[in-house]
Amino acid sequence: MAVAQTKLDLTETRIGALAMPQSKGWGQTARADALARLRAMGLPARRDEYWKYTDPSSLTQTAAPRAALHVDDEAPIFGEIDRLRIVFVDGVFDPTQSDDLALAGITIERLADVMAADLHWAREHYGVLEAAGQIPVARPLAALNTAYASDGIVMRATGVVEKPISLVYLHNDPTSDAVMHHVVRVESGASLTLLENGPAAARFNKVMEVSVADDGEFHHIRTQGRDHERRAATHIFARLGARSQYKSFTLTANGVLTRNEHVITLSGDDASAHVAGAALGDGAQAAFHHDDTVFITHDAERCESRQVFKKVLRNGAVGVFQGKILVKPGAQKTDGYQISQSLLLDDDSVFLAKPELEIYADDVSCSHGSTTGAIDETALFYLRARGVPRDIATDLLVLAFIDEAIAEIADERLAADIRHRLELWLGRRRQG
Amino acid sequence: MLTIKNLHVKLEDEDKQILKGVDLTVEAGRVHAIMGPNGSGKSTLSYVLSGRDGYEVTEGSATLEGEDLLAMEAEERAAAGLFLAFQYPVEIPGVGNMTFLRTALNAQRKTRGEDEISAGDFLKLVREKAKALKIDADMLKRPVNVGFSGGEKKRNEILQMAMLEPKMCILDETDSGLDVDAMKLVADGVNALRDSGRGFLVITHYQRLLDHIAPDVVHIMADGRIVKTGGPELALEVEKNGYADILAEVA
Repeated sequence: MAVAQTKLDLTETRIGALAMPQSKGWGQTARADALARLRAMGLPARRDEYWKYTDPSSLTQTAAPRAALHVDDEAPIFGEIDRLRIVFVDGVFDPTQSDDLALAGITIERLADVMAADLHWAREHYGVLEAAGQIPVARPLAALNTAYASDGIVMRATGVVEKPISLVYLHNDPTSDAVMHHVVRVESGASLTLLENGPAAARFNKVMEVSVADDGEFHHIRTQGRDHERRAATHIFARLGARSQYKSFTLTANGVLTRNEHVITLSGDDASAHVAGAALGDGAQAAFHHDDTVFITHDAERCESRQVFKKVLRNGAVGVFQGKILVKPGAQKTDGYQISQSLLLDDDSVFLAKPELEIYADDVSCSHGSTTGAIDETALFYLRARGVPRDIATDLLVLAFIDEAIAEIADERLAADIRHRLELWLGRRRQG
Repeated sequence: MLTIKNLHVKLEDEDKQILKGVDLTVEAGRVHAIMGPNGSGKSTLSYVLSGRDGYEVTEGSATLEGEDLLAMEAEERAAAGLFLAFQYPVEIPGVGNMTFLRTALNAQRKTRGEDEISAGDFLKLVREKAKALKIDADMLKRPVNVGFSGGEKKRNEILQMAMLEPKMCILDETDSGLDVDAMKLVADGVNALRDSGRGFLVITHYQRLLDHIAPDVVHIMADGRIVKTGGPELALEVEKNGYADILAEVA
């Protein structure tokens, strides 16, 4: 299908305002290929089916819309967790705030260094998983990212990494526009936990390509910061080998616009992928629009996938869920599950859900469900009849609603930290 | 303890009068029972007293130790010492039974200006009370009432009552859905809480429960009013002859 001229114009205008980082050899080729992909598909526009519920214009316009800096009075998340910290300020690696990148069981490098090397394993991954993930649905912002990413981390776990790698994204410039690209390779039998937190920039375009080899294990826990006005478009492209495990959880509270895409292919038999998210939006202080878009492809036998997305919305907040399970021919004994639910705390908030199943194998078990509703008045009265004030009772029911998503986090300490953040978020709204 | 005067209640959403002038006084240390046929307004009385939405008081008053119950929020009534054991205890997925008990206990203490109970003291207390009601550790850990049998739900209600130590306990058809053994367990739990400072209002269809929880006073309710009041023998009369005779007598 021909791309509309307006889209091409929009794309060229955006490209014209960007400078491609200097790479050589394979890195240069990867970027040039990505740029060609982007030009062929054009940047997303509201009329695109895949962007029906989320207006991409502020993500594609030339300059990042201003986002006020959030002054944090709260102890940083994951602060009590022993971890290797890698800090970025407005999308730029900050060695002075980061830990030493040497750790047993993993090699960690900066993207710029990797791309300057003649030969590097990342060559088989950078832009490769992203390119594969453009079919059957175009993800132009990810192609733009591959072409123009200015920083990022490339890591390869070869054993059981004893402590989490923690990417901390600080936001210090109210007009920063960050494009970051990470590559993660978990080798056969290796295990890695990756943490991400922080708003990163006024506008953040992030791609992470994750390849988990046979019997590898990858855990991902992310929170997207407390800045109200920040915007983010993130993509995770994952490819999973036989018997590997992939688990990702994202907590989003605040953010005027967030689009989180997961594109996961289970390509080895008996692999497992769990993707979960909890989004809490309050449109009172700034608008809140949160979009979870997930595409899971089963391309091997006896794989399991699970999507659990919960949204709590109030004061005109908008939640979007687009989730697809594609079962390819021959992917027998697939076990696919998808649930997306929202709790609307008032009449002004909106939840839009588009669950999809596309199945080309005949011996599979796939289910999906989507619900939206208000607080259960019967449960609320029961709690109040036992002396729990209405606002605390409501919060208790909100936490209970979200807990199915948090339960997807394997590490209890991390789950406890996430629960604690939710309690703080709810507590602040009680006082306000 | 509990004083209800000329209480008239209608449904908020429709023009339907349910209570048509209830007068009732429950003294501290006494157990009153209310019996009556279906639709007589027994459960409505318990809901109105505990502060459930959907009802409108058109006339009359209800006080607990002189305090106007009807002016309070449901949670304030609970903190003031009113407890309703639900006919249908509510399942709350995602909220652990222990969290629920502790949140409720501390919320009430806070409302009354008391310190929160320490985690250690709470655990000790809940274990002791749970043991008497044969509630095991697993039931305490599970989400509130989720997957509980009918008997387990009712025992869980009595556990909450034992933990919260209210002044005035209303039991709404606590015997429904219980087998004989479960009824005995529940009744023992209630009897253990009987003391000179606490009042009970036991709502029931049948005399059966009153074999185990011996009432001091028995009221018969019909068509939104208390139509007859007597001693324990009144419950036996209902059991023997049904409500028809009594209703015919007072009509």
